[in-house]
Amino acid sequence: MVEFLEFTLEGLSAGMIYAAIALSLVLIWRGTRVLNYAQGALAMFTSYIALEVIDRTGSYWLGFVVAIAAGLVIGAVVERTVIRPVANKPPLNAVIVTIGLLIGVEGLAGVLFTSNNRSFPPAFSITGLSIGSVALGITRNDIFTAVAVLAAAGLIAVVFQYTSVGLRLRATAFNARVARLLGVRVGRMLTLGWALAGLLGALAGMLVTPSTFLNPNSMDGIFVLGFTAAVIGGLESPVGAVAGGLILGVVLSYAAGYLGGEVVNLFGLAALMLVLMLRPSGLFSAAPARRV
Amino acid sequence: MSERARSDLAIDEVVAGYGAAPVLRGVSVTARAGTITAILGANGAGKTTLLRTVDGTIRPSRGRILLGDLDMAGRRPEDVARAGISHVPEGQGVITELTVAENLALGLLLRPRADRAAALDEIYRRFAILGDRRNRAAGTLSGGERQMLVIARAMATSPRVLLLDEPSLGLAPKVVSGVLDLIRLLRDESGLTIVLVEQNARSALAIADTGIVLNLGSVVASAPAAELARDDALRRHYLGF
Repeated sequence: MVEFLEFTLEGLSAGMIYAAIALSLVLIWRGTRVLNYAQGALAMFTSYIALEVIDRTGSYWLGFVVAIAAGLVIGAVVERTVIRPVANKPPLNAVIVTIGLLIGVEGLAGVLFTSNNRSFPPAFSITGLSIGSVALGITRNDIFTAVAVLAAAGLIAVVFQYTSVGLRLRATAFNARVARLLGVRVGRMLTLGWALAGLLGALAGMLVTPSTFLNPNSMDGIFVLGFTAAVIGGLESPVGAVAGGLILGVVLSYAAGYLGGEVVNLFGLAALMLVLMLRPSGLFSAAPARRV
Repeated sequence: MSERARSDLAIDEVVAGYGAAPVLRGVSVTARAGTITAILGANGAGKTTLLRTVDGTIRPSRGRILLGDLDMAGRRPEDVARAGISHVPEGQGVITELTVAENLALGLLLRPRADRAAALDEIYRRFAILGDRRNRAAGTLSGGERQMLVIARAMATSPRVLLLDEPSLGLAPKVVSGVLDLIRLLRDESGLTIVLVEQNARSALAIADTGIVLNLGSVVASAPAAELARDDALRRHYLGF
């Protein structure tokens, strides 16, 4: 029973990271119908930026803020320079472009920062918390991770639901042509969507990297799981993305806990295939099918 | 409902199309403020292309599109909308995933913040059924209610010119007459410049002040609506009624 609680909490904590990546993918998919395969690589890159700032200034929080800001700016720049030219072209063009971006960013990181593993500091203590003598399997840093992801997701939900810029963003995502006829500056909204996704990606990178190591490929595995979480959630639904991340985190944690760490990726793949076979539009999508 | 100044819309010698061969071959139409101008003609005559050129979706290769003194030709759709030309596209164009209230709020964003609440009240007073359904997804509305919503949303933007593309398409006959009555009412109350594209020439001419007949991208007739409706040769030849 204690073990079960421990695995559940561990799973939720890991799931928060997948949720953040999934949410960033959903934001981009809804706005521009592009699956950004470089989302993980961009998060890796902003984590390097954070680490450089932390190493030079000794301040974790300065690095944190700079990484988030860099994610915002890089997201916007990528949309304007790389994605905009392939908008209104066949969907495969955007796929190839983002895969190219993935390879390019990882290569650039290798050149700038070398491909050695570097350790990355956590925001808070990573000693396990316990109640009395019962270990909970989570740390203060895990709690920070959960709070940070939920706060970011909540903030984005509030902006989308209750502000005029959020209304413009949603109108653009649902029907760009009509939005344009109502005076919405659609181009700006697309840039803003990518910027917000970049922010979430940077946050995910900052939160997950302490528990891996930082190298140019360190986000690849996390990205695949975040992508799986987004598909479980249906790609359209921000709530689905967060729920998909948490479900995946818990399932993988049980698999690792009860069956051994080596089956985790296998279970991730199995979860993805199961959802695609049984409910291809995701667990949280109202639409029966979707063009891919 | 419209607080903006009245403006004529003058389309002057416009040449436009999708590829190498132009669909519009030098079209000139003047729509006067406070009147309804019906654009008539067979499928492929260039009616929808004309509206899409005015709204900025298609960039004309020649000609001017004057809103008052301002030339709209070559401006982007969002800038044309902000200048006061509101296009209600064919096939309705409600954003089905948003609620009725959100669709209207999107239109209201073009007004100064201080005016929005009063404008929304006015819309709900005029379109009581939209008020009743304000929190429902627009996708749940019937065809007639959707048409009401897109016209209300266009009015929410406080336009000077309203472009309506086939507002009766796909609606039951009884609903059609309601929509046409509404368009006439908007003209009488607000002094809007209304450009109405219709397949159904008979009902369009019944409410229009001026009729323009397009054929293969050129204007073949331009006259008071009542006169066009009486012209037997023209009716048989181009309008099919």
